[in-house]
Order: sequence, then structure tokens, then C-alpha cells
Amino acid sequence: MQDVLWCFSQVKGTIDIGVTEADIISTVEFNHTGELLATGDKGGRVVIFQREQESKNQPHRRGEYNVYSTFQSHEPEFDYLKSLEIEEKINKIRWLPQQNAAYFLLSTNDKTVKLWKVSERDKRPEGYNLKDEDGRLRDPSMITMLRVPVLRPMDLMVEATPRRVFANAHTYHINSISVNSDYETYMSADDLRINLWNFEITNQSFNIVDIKPANMEELTEVITAAEFHPHHCNTFVYSSSKGTIRLCDMRTSALCDRHAKFFEEPEDPSNRSFFSEIISSISDVKFSHSGRYIMTRDYLTVKVWDLNMENRPIETYQVHDYLRSKLCSLYENDCIFDKFECVWNGSDSVIMTGSYNNFFRMFDRNTKRDVTLEASRENSKPRAILKPRKVCVGGKRRKDEISVDSLDFSKKILHTAWHPSENIIAVAATNNLYIFQDKVN
Amino acid sequence: MFLTPVVPHWPFYNLDTMFVRGLKRKCFDGEEDIEGTLAGIKAIPSYNLQRQSLLDMSLVKLQLCHMLVEPNLCRSVLIANTVRQIQEEMTQDGTWQMINTQSTGQASLDRLVSTDILCRSSREQAEGKHVPGYTTFNKDFEGDQAQDSSETMSTAPSVQVPRNLQSNVWEMENPQENKGNFQKSLDQIFETLENKSPNSVEDLFSEVDNSYYDLDTMLTGMMSNSKMGHCDGLETFSSPTATASNSNCKSDLNELDHIVEILVES
Repeated sequence: MQDVLWCFSQVKGTIDIGVTEADIISTVEFNHTGELLATGDKGGRVVIFQREQESKNQPHRRGEYNVYSTFQSHEPEFDYLKSLEIEEKINKIRWLPQQNAAYFLLSTNDKTVKLWKVSERDKRPEGYNLKDEDGRLRDPSMITMLRVPVLRPMDLMVEATPRRVFANAHTYHINSISVNSDYETYMSADDLRINLWNFEITNQSFNIVDIKPANMEELTEVITAAEFHPHHCNTFVYSSSKGTIRLCDMRTSALCDRHAKFFEEPEDPSNRSFFSEIISSISDVKFSHSGRYIMTRDYLTVKVWDLNMENRPIETYQVHDYLRSKLCSLYENDCIFDKFECVWNGSDSVIMTGSYNNFFRMFDRNTKRDVTLEASRENSKPRAILKPRKVCVGGKRRKDEISVDSLDFSKKILHTAWHPSENIIAVAATNNLYIFQDKVN
Repeated sequence: MFLTPVVPHWPFYNLDTMFVRGLKRKCFDGEEDIEGTLAGIKAIPSYNLQRQSLLDMSLVKLQLCHMLVEPNLCRSVLIANTVRQIQEEMTQDGTWQMINTQSTGQASLDRLVSTDILCRSSREQAEGKHVPGYTTFNKDFEGDQAQDSSETMSTAPSVQVPRNLQSNVWEMENPQENKGNFQKSLDQIFETLENKSPNSVEDLFSEVDNSYYDLDTMLTGMMSNSKMGHCDGLETFSSPTATASNSNCKSDLNELDHIVEILVES
């Protein structure tokens, strides 16, 4: 990654020291062109940023992202049957490919998926016959002539409307949604089941995976993430808390309980501990853009798997191996259960994932070089080049290094996104969204 | 609206420090001249002690799961698997068997069963099933003791525990206010499951005795106000094995044994 110099571009969110829980960003996603960037937060809100057109007058401001639309996607709900609150936190946002002037996205909390339409309105009809400009109805007996209403320009208004609500299909917490390449269906996955939906139909869904045991006491494994293949609409993968990935083909049977492929790496006996299973639990799975590889994130590593080889990954990258000796304290403070996501760059040559202390890591698959960068207000001068960070594992600490014991485990980067074609990344650090771009010459 | 669960601080981070600290505290009261020597010893707690602490921590975490609004199923399953793994290992290397053959072995059976109940309840809660008859748990347990124990400990040798002792154990909690804090918490959890009312979450927190979670205190065998819960007595069971490997805490363990005897006899 020495070939690319990453620079600070923008940061969104308040600088206040106290963080409002509702403002914590819970998901980040670029749309298919990279023109739009959506974030969801714990308060159930979605904020969409739009990249401004690059202007020749200000070439250094390479397409900044500005707020385009903000709306409340989900509200807190109460399940009266179970006497439990349903959080409004947005777990995932997924964009649909653009097919007309409007933008469509799926957003989900623990229980309900919603399809939102985001559209622009820049014209307003004027000259109605039956009502006046304020909207008040006219007395029909007072109307003496007819006219045709005309469209007049108005200030741009972006409105978001919920077009579909897909509810009551999940007993457990939804962790993933994935739009199928046919653009007609999508899937939603919870801890034990995966459902297939048609965008047009909200009162039915097909259950395609069910790993709930007949006797819940026998439950030892849950689904942690799922995704459709980017090109083959019949293929999808799902990962588990035991560190396995299953690839399923929907053509084989209606209920895909038997996998077509099963990816699992044999355990390293020298590293075995009581925490082995917990750290092997996969927190995210992503197909490469090419569809040839899948990437998985577990607590300490990122792995790249070739779809044609099930018995082990082709690449393994250590994200923060220095935490291996701290697993007990990380278990105590629950950090060991943090779910980090991972992303591919547009060309599948670089992968990125987050860590603690607001660090995030990038691994170049070709050069095998990696870099650790930090999202912090201190490094937030416009176009300032990010300096690589290093964690000191023991022994003498060099000047710019930080020791493992000084890491701030409350500052975790769980959600990141990479522009589909350019070197622009969005990094969510608690309640702030950082946007970094590569250096402009 | 709902409390973020406060995970009790577990001084497990640096095992070396913890162990030395415990020893120092014990010696602080008395023998200043030994302190210097002991301070120089950096004893790494025995594997069994570590394992026991991990088991205790995991059980506490599973309890806290019930206090959450809706438990994170993945986390619960992973913790439950860890507990199961520890228990299986303890059974295999005979540690569990040794505990069971002692007279208060019933208490440890409770814990194994509790684990399963806790795990089961969290899943059933997630499932939305009404948790059946936990208020009658005491009664049922006495009735089906043998069956339950074989269900929950599939790998453990079945232990026939005298019933009268068992009922003594359950009754023990009631008259003595400060004993059986763990059991008290369990009962409250079951009540919470029944009522599923958010307010009882706060009650749960207010009454859980945090001093129970202090490993230091456990090691020194001294609990403030003699609030020895179920598990505090149990924690001493790991010490017999620890004694063999670490004679430095022998004096502590004798005191713990003494306390356990009091528990059993009462």
C-alpha cells in the first residue's frame, strides 16, 4: 500500500466528547456508482451523502460528499408478546442498482426490512383549478374558467418514502441482507434462518436456510452473515459462529439445508485455547467483485478463500495478532464479541478491515504489504496524508509506536466501505464518519 | 431505557499481578517479614484455577444475558459452548469427579444444571417461548434430580447425591439472608423471565453482590460481611488441586476449607 497515499478528506459528525448513543454509526455503504454514500445509526436514522460534481474551479476538492437526504428509517418497537423492546438500530443498508431517476435502498433493523425510495423533486405544479396556491379548496361555484396546471421549477427537495415493509418474518435478529443479481429478489438472514423475498411481495417470504435444532438445548452454532453471489443468482454463502462458510445453490432444493460447498480451515492445535471457538466465529463474509473469492473476518484475522478450494483459505492476514495474549481480558469486557466487517476495493486487489483505537488496516493482496491507519481528529487537516501507525508488541517502544496496553478498546472501527471504482474509503468511528481519498497530484 | 449490563470487573487481566496481590493482602495483616519474600515470587495461578475463574466468569455472563433486552443469541451460544467445553474438560481430567465426590457436591451439580437452565432460558426467551415452570424449579429438581443430572452432564459420571442434603442445600438459601447470593440471583432471573418486566432488571443489579466477583477476595478467603454465596464455596474446590501445584496459598486454602465446612454443616 505504499503506492497509495491516503489523505484525509472529510469528517461528518460532532466533535463533542460525549457521544450520544443514538448517533453511533452502525452501517456504511456506497451505492453501485459511488455517487451516494449511506450511513445508518443506532437511532434508526439513515443519512445519505452525495458526491458533488467535480468542478474545474476547485480541482483540489475532488468531489466532496455532502448531505443529500436524512430520514428516520426505523422506530423503536415493543414486542408485546415477549415483553421485549426491538431496537431501531440499523444493522445493514444495501443499495439496489439504479434503474430510473430514483434511488432505492434496503435498510434493516433486528426484525424488519424496509425498501426506501429516495427521489428528487425540483418542479412543482401550479395553477390547479379546484384548489388555490395554499392548497385550500375552492368553492366550485366560484370557478369561472379552466386552466391547465403547469410545472414550475422549485428548490431541489429530496424525499425518502418507504415503498415496502417486510415484517414479521424473523424470530431472531437479522444480521444480513443481500440483494440478488436478478434485482428481483433479496435475502435476509437472522441467527438461525435465511429468508428469500421478492421485492414486490411483502406478505410472503421463502425460508431457504433453517439451522434451528428441534431441541433448542442442542443449539451450538448460529448464522453470522450471508451474501448472494454477485453474478450467479442461484448461489449464496453464509458464515457461522464456528468459523465455517457454506455455499448453497438454490437450484438443488427449496430448502438449502445441505450445502453445495463447505469451507473450513482445520484448527491449529498449537493455538488451541478456551477462546479458540469464539475467535473463530466469522463476523463478516463478502464475495469479491469478480465472484471468484470470498473474504471472511474473524476476531483476529481476515481470510481470502477460493471458491474452488474448501479445505483452507488461500490467504490469511493478521489484523491484530498482538491481542492473542489478551483474549481473557477481551472476553471479560466483551470486546471479543465485537463484529468487525471487511471490504474489497473495486479491483479486488486490496482488502480493508477495522481494529481498535480507531485503527483500520489494509492488505494489498499482490504486494503482500499492509498498512495501519488511524481515523482521528488529530489527523484531520484537509488533504493531510495519513501516517502509518504501528503497535509495539513488546520490548522497546519506538517514538511513534503505541503499546498494546495503551490501546483504547472503546474506539473500535467495525464498519468501513470502499468506493466501487475509486480509491475513496468511508470509515465509521463511533459517531463520526471519516472519508479518505488517495492523494491528488 | 434499559441498562447496559455492567460486567463486573474481573481482575483477570494480569494473572501474575492478581495472584501476587492476593497473597500480599493476606500477609499484610500479619507478617511483614514474609511479605518481602512473597512479593518476590511471581506465581502463575494454576491452570485449574484459571479454568475455574473462566467458568465462573462465563456463568456470570450468561446470567447477564438474561438481563439484556433481548439477548444476543450468538454471544450466548458462544459463551455456553465455552462453559460446556470447560465442564467437559474438567470431567475428563477428573477434577469434576473429585468435586462431586465431596459432600457438598450437590452444589456443583446445581451449577451445572443452572448453566443448562440459563442457556436454555436465553434461547427460549429468544424463541419467544414461555419459560415453563421455573418457579417450581426447586420442587422439580428434587423430583427429577437423577434424570436432570444425567441430561446435563452427558459426559460426567452420574452422581447419586443424598436427597436430604439436596433439600438442605435449597433450603439453605432462605433462612440465611446473605448466603446463596448466586442462588438468589438465579431465582430473580427466573422471576424476570416470568415477568419479563424491565424494572426487575434494575432489581437484579441492585442485589447481586459484586464482592462475589472479586477474585482477590476469593483467594484470601475473606469476604466482607461474610457474604459467601454458593459459588464462593465452590471456588474453593478448585483450590485442592491448586494446593498441589502451589503451596504458597496453603494457608489461604485451609481457611477456605474451614469456611466450606461451616457451610456444609449449617
